[in-house]
Amino acid sequence: MTDNPAFQQIQNDIDTNDVVVFMKGTSQFPQCGFSAAVVQVLNHFGVPFKDVNVLASDDMRQGIKDFSNWPTIPQLYVKGEFVGGCDIVREMAANGELQQMLKDKGVMTAA
Amino acid sequence: MPTIRERMERKLTDAFAPVTLEIKDDSHKHAGHADRIAALKDQGRGEGHAPIDGGGETHFRVAIVSDAFEGKSRVQRQRMVFDTLKEELQERIHALQLKTMTPEEARTE
Repeated sequence: MTDNPAFQQIQNDIDTNDVVVFMKGTSQFPQCGFSAAVVQVLNHFGVPFKDVNVLASDDMRQGIKDFSNWPTIPQLYVKGEFVGGCDIVREMAANGELQQMLKDKGVMTAA
Repeated sequence: MPTIRERMERKLTDAFAPVTLEIKDDSHKHAGHADRIAALKDQGRGEGHAPIDGGGETHFRVAIVSDAFEGKSRVQRQRMVFDTLKEELQERIHALQLKTMTPEEARTE
């Protein structure tokens, strides 16, 4: 599909983790307010997730944009499926859609 | 030369015939980014990033109300906007916050 070496790692990350956030910085130390917002939403619902710091490599930074065909970071994947960026996550959390989707996919058990 | 904001306004108007279109430039709120980006550049990792020439126009918030979003998912809607602003995103825009609504959704918001 492409020769970007990051693609294989991205595919592996989303295949082996139920919830993955590709973000700037880490969940402990986000380097961007939009990334921090997504982490905050997931923490709020007590959803475990893998954080991938795209700033750690240029291949990853550009790779995730090409992989998802989405020009901005953060990006949320659930069960291998692209959910969206910060705006979408926030909107979905606000109207309950995110919780429902996480429950439907079996990654959120809390009420 | 038209500013990025003017270009966005024209392209979004052409593409979506919006009922309402709001474009806000939030670049001043992210002035602190410049230091971090400069640090990344020093490490040889600043490539592909929006310019830090002090000219602003890097962080925008856009709200569009348009019939074009009818029947489209959130991801589809944002992709439509990203496609429309492809050049601006590559050239300059570092962050783009989007709100995409149909007229019906805007009424009940």
